[in-house]
Amino acid sequence: MSSTVVVDHLSKRYRLGSGGGYRRLTEVLANRGRHSSDSAQAKDLWALQDVSFEVSEGDVVGIIGRNGAGKSTLLKILSRITEPTSGRATLRGRVGSLLEVGTGFHPELTGRENVFLNGAVLGMRKSDILARFDEIVAFAEVERFLDTPVKRYSSGMYVRLAFAVAAHLEPDILVVDEVLAVGDTAFQKKCLGKMGDVAKSGRTVLFVSHNMAAVRSLCPRGVLLDRGEIVAGGAIEQVLRQYLAVVDELQTHDLQNRRDREGDGRVRAVAIEVIGDPEERTAGSLVCGRPGMLRVKLEAEQPVAELRAALSITNERHEGVLQLDSTLSGDRLSLASGRSTVTCMLDRVPLMPGRYSANVYLEVSGVITDWVQEAAVIEVQEGDFYGTGRLPAPGYGSVMARFRWA
Amino acid sequence: MSTAETIVIEPRRGLVRISARELWHYRDLFTILTWRDVKVRYQQTVFGALWAVLQPVLLMLVFAVFLGRLADVPSAGVPYPLFAYCALVPWTFFSQGLAGSAQSLVENERLVTKVYFPRLLVPTAAAASYVVDFLIGHVLLVGMLVHYGVGLRATMLLVPLLALGVFAAIASYGLGLAALNVRYRDVRYAIPFALQLLLFLTPVVYPATLVTGGWRYAYAVNPMAGLIDLYRWAILGTERLPGSVLAVSAFAAVALLLLGIVYFQRVERSFADVI
Repeated sequence: MSSTVVVDHLSKRYRLGSGGGYRRLTEVLANRGRHSSDSAQAKDLWALQDVSFEVSEGDVVGIIGRNGAGKSTLLKILSRITEPTSGRATLRGRVGSLLEVGTGFHPELTGRENVFLNGAVLGMRKSDILARFDEIVAFAEVERFLDTPVKRYSSGMYVRLAFAVAAHLEPDILVVDEVLAVGDTAFQKKCLGKMGDVAKSGRTVLFVSHNMAAVRSLCPRGVLLDRGEIVAGGAIEQVLRQYLAVVDELQTHDLQNRRDREGDGRVRAVAIEVIGDPEERTAGSLVCGRPGMLRVKLEAEQPVAELRAALSITNERHEGVLQLDSTLSGDRLSLASGRSTVTCMLDRVPLMPGRYSANVYLEVSGVITDWVQEAAVIEVQEGDFYGTGRLPAPGYGSVMARFRWA
Repeated sequence: MSTAETIVIEPRRGLVRISARELWHYRDLFTILTWRDVKVRYQQTVFGALWAVLQPVLLMLVFAVFLGRLADVPSAGVPYPLFAYCALVPWTFFSQGLAGSAQSLVENERLVTKVYFPRLLVPTAAAASYVVDFLIGHVLLVGMLVHYGVGLRATMLLVPLLALGVFAAIASYGLGLAALNVRYRDVRYAIPFALQLLLFLTPVVYPATLVTGGWRYAYAVNPMAGLIDLYRWAILGTERLPGSVLAVSAFAAVALLLLGIVYFQRVERSFADVI
């Protein structure tokens, strides 16, 4: 079969330091006379390096890789938002790219107006939008609020409308980035269904996601990026296996070389592993509402009869949100000398999706033996905590608990 | 699958690469961006479209009192308020359109970093959104013409063409500035000041005939100088600059426009990486 997407030795370099970002004109003028130190200071970062692959017509390919692997850069190039530094990509057919839900939405405009605006931004003609208008509105389930400015929409409504416009774009090649990370689970399922339809109708889909379940169910094939290079490509199961190997490295936060620690060192934390949900294979991150495992690797100079181990989880604003202290749960931990591990198990991860860090604290008979701040970064992924397909709106709570209303 | 389109993505070379076909395909986006800017601008205002005339009218009043009456600036035999307002209508369009288009790329950051479309649409649509104000300004101008008993002349038919010229002048300054603004945020602070300077380098409050000899050619390098002069000539029948001087204005406008497009395209490649 012919290839609709041919990516040929694509590379993208970003200049870090003084080259990137906007500058003040005066700075530039002031530097003119002197020998410009710009080039010397600027550091090159190759977001993509010599990436080549081909996608056949009708293929649905999942692009996976950890954060910073170059997935978004690849999609940005394929969407023509940014240019490659070298190499080329050839796309045969109409390209619809969806790097963000609701691009171009204006809060002051009504839902109806935004459908037209967003559609035009995505490259649709007015007549295309008119022809699909009713379908879009029905899909988004916002009929009653069509003439309300979208600034008064709930975030769910906003996302539904935005996805609906994009879903009705009907391009030959659909490029989608992580847009499903928003909205409630029920709607996510609907979106996945719609994308599945797109795929079945013989269109080519490139899909970036952290949601491994979605990738597995949607994409028969996959490409794995790591540090800007392709490390695997082919059948999705095989690529996912490789991916888990990559994140396995990542999930271990090595603490052996950390100097910024306190304690007498009789028992020291050597590493923290974020195991996540063993069943869902979410190595490297936790999923809210699912079981989660955090493992601390220890080294003890001598056997310890009773160890107090604690992981304090803080959010990105450095506020403590959860204290996983063995004295709170009443668990007695004892260690043999040498290397050993202790594991903290959560039945249901109660944290809102986001990025957290963990401080590790170890104490033996009232004396701190080791204390490392920000010992590990913990990513929490979206999940269905309540089993209702709903999560609290961002900003309305940072933890979840089971509760009932009567 | 329609095999009509094949897109090749590679590092760009060369000076100008504008696809007329592509711009045409995105014409609805141009319209809707323009309309969005108009709607949002007046959405939560009390006076709404009244703002469109307020600025030129107030300027006209101040100029009429201080320059027309007190300083006795010549006005080519035309009542000074009419003389000034006739130039202030296109000038206001120019100054607002220019400020709007220079700010446009930065203001539409989300669009520029998240989706592909011809970037030229952003500054041009921003400028076009002031056409509404421009038209409203003309309504009042007609009223003043009637009030002062100015008759119809054939040259008035040229006004739409001249209006198009003002739009081209906005683009010739605006494209380059919009692109420059992405890189250097100084532009935003420089523009109000530059517009103030330009106001006095343009025959808005005085007739162009005050500038004489070889200076006229240097004067006409600012395309707005020739345009405003012609505007007044077309509507009020005042004496206009000689053809050779106007040719300088026209040439400068084209040169500036080309320069703006080339620079815009050069910077366009890295917009998404810089904003």
